[in-house]
Order: sequence, then structure tokens, then C-alpha cells
Amino acid sequence: MFYIAPMARVLVQFAHPLLEKSRVQKQMIKQAQLVKGVTINDLYERYPEFDIDVKREQRLLLAHDIIIFQHPFYWYSTPAIIKQWLDLVLEHGWAYGAKGDNLKGKLLMQAISCGGSELAYQPEGRNRFNIRQMLAPMDQTANLCQLEYLPPFVVFGTHKLLDADIEQYALEYGQVLSALNADRIQPEEWKSVQLMNELCPIPGSFQS
Amino acid sequence: MDQHSFLFQAMVYLASAVVMVPLAKKLGLGSVLGYLLAGIIIGPALFGFIGEEGQDVMHFAEFGVVMMLFLIGLELEPALLWKLRKPIIGLGGLQVLATTLLITAIAMFIGLPWQQALAVGAGLSLSSTAIVLQSLNEKNLMQTAAGQSSFAVLLFQDIAVIPMLALFPLLANLPALDDDIPTNPTLVYGLPGWGKTLAVFVAVGLIILAGKYIIQPFLHIVAKTRLRELFTATSLLLIVGTAVLMSQVGLSPALGTFLAGVILANSEFRHELESDIEPFKGLLLGLFFISVGASIDFRLIAENPWLIAGLVFGFMSLKAIVLLVLGKIFGLKTDQNILFAHALCQMGEFGFVLFAFALGGGILPKDVVDILIAVIALSMAITPMALAINEKYIQPRIGTLEKIDEAEADEINETNPVIIAGFGHFGNTIGRFLRAHNVGTTILDHDSDRVDLLRKLGIKVYYGDATRYDLLHSAGAAKAKIIIISIDDAEKRLRMIETVKKHFPNLRMLVRASNRFDAYDQMNAGMLHVYRETVDTALRVGVDALKFMGFRAYNARRAARMFLKNDEFNLKKLASIRDQKVYINTAKVLIEELEQTLQEDLRNAGVLDEAGWDEEGLIKEAVGGE
Repeated sequence: MFYIAPMARVLVQFAHPLLEKSRVQKQMIKQAQLVKGVTINDLYERYPEFDIDVKREQRLLLAHDIIIFQHPFYWYSTPAIIKQWLDLVLEHGWAYGAKGDNLKGKLLMQAISCGGSELAYQPEGRNRFNIRQMLAPMDQTANLCQLEYLPPFVVFGTHKLLDADIEQYALEYGQVLSALNADRIQPEEWKSVQLMNELCPIPGSFQS
Repeated sequence: MDQHSFLFQAMVYLASAVVMVPLAKKLGLGSVLGYLLAGIIIGPALFGFIGEEGQDVMHFAEFGVVMMLFLIGLELEPALLWKLRKPIIGLGGLQVLATTLLITAIAMFIGLPWQQALAVGAGLSLSSTAIVLQSLNEKNLMQTAAGQSSFAVLLFQDIAVIPMLALFPLLANLPALDDDIPTNPTLVYGLPGWGKTLAVFVAVGLIILAGKYIIQPFLHIVAKTRLRELFTATSLLLIVGTAVLMSQVGLSPALGTFLAGVILANSEFRHELESDIEPFKGLLLGLFFISVGASIDFRLIAENPWLIAGLVFGFMSLKAIVLLVLGKIFGLKTDQNILFAHALCQMGEFGFVLFAFALGGGILPKDVVDILIAVIALSMAITPMALAINEKYIQPRIGTLEKIDEAEADEINETNPVIIAGFGHFGNTIGRFLRAHNVGTTILDHDSDRVDLLRKLGIKVYYGDATRYDLLHSAGAAKAKIIIISIDDAEKRLRMIETVKKHFPNLRMLVRASNRFDAYDQMNAGMLHVYRETVDTALRVGVDALKFMGFRAYNARRAARMFLKNDEFNLKKLASIRDQKVYINTAKVLIEELEQTLQEDLRNAGVLDEAGWDEEGLIKEAVGGE
């Protein structure tokens, strides 16, 4: 039913409704494809009519240890299909509730790109809240389903980025994915940072 | 002929063809030889089932040649003629001229007066369009260089018959025999030579004018009735009418219809005429070949075996040598040149016509004509064998075997990635959608009015039967990425699938299916992308019905999508376990199928219960917990 890369532990749930015009997300997903042990699930390509196949998605979740939601940051949230996905896949009694503990102990990370600069996402900036505050709903969703919420990988100020900058971000994103797949990022490390970017660049010797 | 004997005759003809043609094909000799052998067997030489009436049948069967020439005429768009002008005039003209002069010289050498010698030369220079085209088509050799050259030469010969017939009366040197056939008086009966010549030109002019100003408007009126069989009847009437007119002025009916065909070649009815007449042509051509076989006069041959054998061999060798020399000059490669010479070295049906005309017009004496007719018939019978020998024993020894695909130097440069075959209601929706998103599409269609309209709008359209390899090829199937098979006829779609699979294996096919059974056939033919034409629309009706019954729009729509998904899944499942044998009782199969699908639907009911949106479990847990 679905292809899982050999030894795959990382599942990238990718959502971009207009990938044709994307600059940052396109480079990031390209890097993700190069990482060994990563399964990519392109949600808009798979479910163009938003008819999420719940059984398939649940089997995918069970088959992986680390779930990444990679998407542009739309209206301080995810593209619509991820919301649809959460609504349908995280069933009561399966993902949460008295008997729902199928996701217990897995890791969850968001990899997002925002138009606003990092400065804008400050109490005194125009967005008034910092990015971790903005991401609280997903953080708590993970918490309710007993997943560990990792600090997000964030690309800020995408409108003004040069191609070379984007490439650098994409490379670092790839490094994070391989390091996660190889269990090279320890809880004490991720608990010490606000953003996964702070651990980058990750030397090649630490990625496998 | 009373009805009983007519039925008996029909049975003899059909039975002989049904037995001999498959046998000949099995032996690799081609259908033409099968028909000829069938004719010899049932003719006076062996069983004598036919013979007395042989002349009658011959007359009737010549109608096959008449139709074939009409169809050849139809193929002759001015553009094609212009493209082939060099081989037609150069190769064809030189072949007729050189062969005529050589045979005339030989005939004069053995003592015939020059008028008779020239008539013999002209008549024998012509080859058999019927046999050559049929044989080459059957062997799929028409697209080769030799096939194209043969076509060009045959074309020139067919046209050359017109001036030959026109000028023959000027060669009269014997008392005319027209008095001998008072049962069939013609309009030009008794005219002097120059008057007959004039009559020919007047008749040709009449046909051209009538074709343009009477027949085309008339076809428009008939086409508006939208009765297919009426159009077929009109096509046949057109041919029979022209044939009758031409006979009346003492001309070959084949020529008249050929001209009518040329005139209609540029009209929008070309393809409809072609497809309407095609089956009649095949059957009557078969009949014609049988008659040629039956008319071979073995008694005459037995009386002069060496003379006739010598003449057949001599004339065929002479023609072959002329063809080989010309082929060499016109740059044919060795293997193609040999095929070319083998194909065209016989004498043809127009020889019959010309010599019969020459006999009636007092140009040639009866004993000469009888021998010539026997020689022509024998040479026609030998051709399929010569071609088979060439194919089996000569061609394999030649190294420069040209591939069929490489022969297309003047291929049309077409690079659209999508080909849509069939631009009816189904296909044109797809085409409009793709064009709206700037996807380059090439369209194949065989409705003349539609093609005219689309061309006016500047859309790339190819006109014709999309199942044909050559049409697909010139439409760029070798370079396109996908082909959408949206033609109306389910059987044609299957044929097209086979053609594409065989010749364009890299072309992805998206195929329209009429119903589940059609879809099964296509899936069993290896198709992955099969689209049943009614299922989506029917489900849209179902969605609206659900909405009127109080379902919320989103869920009704979702339910339809789930239903379709399950249905497609079951379709694949059932296709794989389907019995391959042909079903006789279709109605029973339909019911069984319906039963199976209904049961599957029940199994998949309840797709609307999406647990993630349903708070029932949460409520139960909350209440139960407190």
C-alpha cells in the first residue's frame, strides 16, 4: 500500500498546495528525499480531494518512530489538509483517550517556513507572539497523544532569502533528518534549544 | 439468371473464396493468389461451376476495380499529388513511355502494323493496380520506398489510360466490330475516330463539372438527413451512375469513377465516402480476382503453350528490366528496387479494358486480342507468387534491408505531447480542458465538418481513421507522451490499443470505456488507465439526489467519491478473475455482474462514519468516567 524506505524511522508528512511556485519548501523536500531512511508522504498529491485514507495513515504512523510535519506556515497554522489529517487520523481510542496509546513515545517535529522575520515573531514584533507560542496547538496535540514534541525547524523571512541562503537551510534540514533517523540528537540537546536550527550545522560524523 | 442458379453461383463463389483464401494466406501467398486459385478451380478449366456465365460475372466483378479506383481517386488530395509529383510524372511517365516504345518496337519487328503495335505496347505497359495495392497493403509494404514508388507509377498509369482511350480510335486500321455487339449500343456508336476522341474529352469535362457543382451540394443535403445507410446508398449510386455514364460514351467506368474520386478528394466527405465503400470494395475486388482466375483460357494456352509462356515470360522480364533501370535512376536501394520490379512487372486489368476497346474499335484482330488477354491473366496470376518468392528467397539474401520506419523522410513535424483520438462530446471536453491549461494537443478525428471547423480555428487536426498506424505516425505518436483514446467505437478502441502497443510502446494510453464490460476488455488488454464514460455523471446525479433527500452537500459528495473508489477497486478485482471465454448469454452475465456489484456496495456501506469527526466515543468515555 505504501513504500517505506529500508530502515526508515522518519516519516515526513508534507503539505504544500502550490508546490509549483514554492522556493523554500521545494528545496527542503528535495533534501529530505536524499536522506536515507526517510519516508515522504505528499498529502496534497495523495489526497487531492481531502479524502484522507485513515487506515493507511495510521499504518504509516505505526511503521515510523519520528513524525515530521513539513509545511509553509499559513495564517499562524498549517495548510488546511494537515488540519483535515489531524481531525480524521487521530481518532479517539486510537491516538488518544483512555485506550488510545498507539503513538506513545514517538517523536513529532514541525519543519516550517514563514514569510515574517524572526524579529517579527517577538512580543514587541508585529506578530506579537514568538513561534513556539504560535505552535502551541500542535505541541499540545502531540502531548495529548503522548508524542514528544521536538523544537521546530524554522526558516524565517522567506520572501527576502537568496537562493544560496535557501540552499543552506535545506542542507541543514537534511542534516537534522539524518541525525534524527540515526538517533544522534539526545533529549538533553533538544530540550536545551527553542528551535532545532540552533543545533545546526550538524557535522557529517554525527548524522549516522 | 433465375434465382436458384444465382444463389448457387453465389454459394460457389463464396465457398471457393472461404476455402482458398485462408489456405493461401496460411501458405504465405497472400489473399490475391487465393482468390485467383479459387477462380481457376471453379472455372471451366477444372470443375466448370462457372464459365458460361463467366463473362457476366466478369462484368459484375469489374465493379470491384471500379470502386477501388474511386477510392484511389479519393486518396488523391492535391497536396499529396504535389508531394508525389516527381515520382508520378518522372518515374511513372518514363515507365509507361519506355515500356510502350520497347514493346511497340518488338511488335513491329515481328510484323504487326505500327497502329496495332502501338496499341499492344500501350496496353501491356500498364500494371495491375488491384493486385499490386492489395498485395502490398496486405504485406504492410505500402509505406516503404518501393511501395510509395509503386503507388506513384500505378497512379500515372491509371491517369494515362484516359488519353490512351481517347487516342485509340485514331489508331483504327481494321473494319470496326461495333456491329457485332448490337445488344450494347453506346452513345458514340458510329462516330468517326476524331468524334470519339472528342467525346472522351467532353465526358471527362462533364464529370469534373458535375462533381464540383452537382454532386458535392447533393452530398451536403444527404448528409443533413443523418441517415448513415442513405449516405452509403448515395455513395454507391454516385459510383454506379458515373460508371453507367462512362459506358454510354464508350469509356471505361473505372476511369470515370477514378475522376469522380479525384474531384471529391478535396471535399469534406472524403473520409465518410471512403469508409462507406471500403467493405464493398474488398468483397467485389475478391470477386474480380476470382473472375480473372476463372477467365484464364486454358484451352488457348494448351494450344499454344510455348508461344504464351514465352510471351508472359518475355513481357514480364522486359517490364521488370525497365523498372529496375528506372528504380536505379530514381535512387531506390537494391532490395527496394527488386521489390518494386517484382510488384509492377505484370500486366493489368486496364489491359483487358484497352484490348476489349481495341477489338471493338477495329484496332486489333481477335486472335491477337485473345492471346494478349490470356497473357495478361496469367501474368496477374503469377504476380502474387513472384512477390512471395521475392519475399522468401530473394530479399533475405540482400543486405540493405530498409526498415519501414526509416522510409518516412517527409514526416510532418509535430511535437505536441498529447494526442486525442476522437473529438466527439467526450474527446472535446478533454481537449478544451487541456488547451485551457496550455497543454499542446494534436487531434485525430474522422468527422469532416468538425475537422473543417477545428482547422478554421487553427487547431492541429488530422483527418482519418485513428486506428491506422500511418495516421498515428504522422500525428507524432512516436514523440508524444500520452494518447487519449476517446473514439466512440469500443471495438476500434481495442484495435487502437493493439496498434499503439505494437508500434508505440512508450506512449501512455488513457482509454475511454463505454461500460464495465468494455473496461474489462481494456484491462485485460493491459490498460491501466481506463475511464468508464457514464460512471462519474451517474454519481453526480446520485449526489444531487442524496442532497434533495436531506444529506449535507459535503458528505454526499464525499460518499460519491468513496463509492467510485470502491467501485474502481472492485472493477480491477473482477477483471482479474473474469472468465476469458466468450459469453453467449449476455443478459445472464449482465445480471450476475449486477448482483456481484450490489453485494460489494453493501459491504462498503457506511463510508460516511468517519470516527475522527464523530464525538460518540468521547461522550461515552466522558459520561462513563464520571
